[in-house]
Amino acid sequence: MLHALSLGGVLGLLWLLLSGIFEGWLLALGLGSIIVVVTFANRMDVIDREGHPIHISWRALLYWPWLAREIVKANWDVARVILSPKIPITPKVLRINATQVTELGHVFYANSITLTPGTVTLSLKNGALIVHSLTKFAEKGLLSGEMDRRVHAVEGADDNTVISNEHV
Amino acid sequence: MNMFSSAAIAILVTMLLVLIRAFKGPTVYDRILAANSFGTLTMLLIAVNGFLSERPDFLDIALVYALINFIGTIAVSKFVHFKDLAPPLPNNDPGDI
Amino acid sequence: MELLIDVISWFLLIVGSAFLLVGAIGLLRLPDIFSRMHGAGIIDTMGTAMLFFGMFLQAGFTIVSIKLFLILLFLMFTSPTTTHALARAALDAGLKPLVDDDEPDAKKLALLKKRKKERKRL
Repeated sequence: MLHALSLGGVLGLLWLLLSGIFEGWLLALGLGSIIVVVTFANRMDVIDREGHPIHISWRALLYWPWLAREIVKANWDVARVILSPKIPITPKVLRINATQVTELGHVFYANSITLTPGTVTLSLKNGALIVHSLTKFAEKGLLSGEMDRRVHAVEGADDNTVISNEHV
Repeated sequence: MNMFSSAAIAILVTMLLVLIRAFKGPTVYDRILAANSFGTLTMLLIAVNGFLSERPDFLDIALVYALINFIGTIAVSKFVHFKDLAPPLPNNDPGDI
Repeated sequence: MELLIDVISWFLLIVGSAFLLVGAIGLLRLPDIFSRMHGAGIIDTMGTAMLFFGMFLQAGFTIVSIKLFLILLFLMFTSPTTTHALARAALDAGLKPLVDDDEPDAKKLALLKKRKKERKRL
């Protein structure tokens, strides 16, 4: 119920921000479409902790600035490699294990890895990731495991961990 | 020279370079990757054009273009992979939700 | 103040354009599909973000800048997903990523081959 309410709130905010018009008729249309969307999402059974993760929102907001800094550093490194005349790349396929408990945490981690240039997640299965890394710098950053630790903190180890296998 | 026109020129040159990869790409996946980057660049060009002509309505079009680009790339990847957009699942499996 | 904002957005737009070009050059120069994805990643993250921040400064705090922010947020969520889908499709089709062999691994392989030969001889 909480998740449905929050989904409705987010959709309403999106409607108001994107239209920017505050007339009765348009607001009524927006309310109607929000109700339709929330009903459909409820019938499809996608409103849950995984589909609409409000429990990690604040910690995720604190994580993003760190991720942005990592992205800038990785971009600088890959750009230098691309522009140097001999292209000194050392492509490698690494297998690493994610320490997150929920599937949401795994996806969060895999997406963070792909978002930083220099590392791309090729496969993700039960917390075992296969990652393609392009440069020494990216490989070192990945193997240091700092991102893994931070995503684990975002996910929140105190959460009940049964949820990940509910739908399987 | 306006700052947005210089950005638009840079985007156009980048589009040209990406197109070369799309034409050359040895495998079909190189072409899909180039098409995806081309879509991102088109979205950027639409947004910059909105500032260039001082009509911010273009940003809505850019948003919709980004959405369509995402879904289009996923659909083409899936189609190339399965040769079908709705492959039959074994044993009446309802699929992953 | 106005001048300062103009200068910063000039800077951001030029840096963004430069990163777009670098990403495209990477897309052209890198040797195989999996390494080209990193070039596309530069276009998707740094180039787009810098251009959007430049436009953001020019728009000020209006509904336009909120829309810009929404597009950027959306891109940051979708671009890894597309890359991942494409990488999996390419992997399942049988494309093997080009890999730089580790020094110890190469030595181990040579040792194994040598042992195999010796065993054959025996």
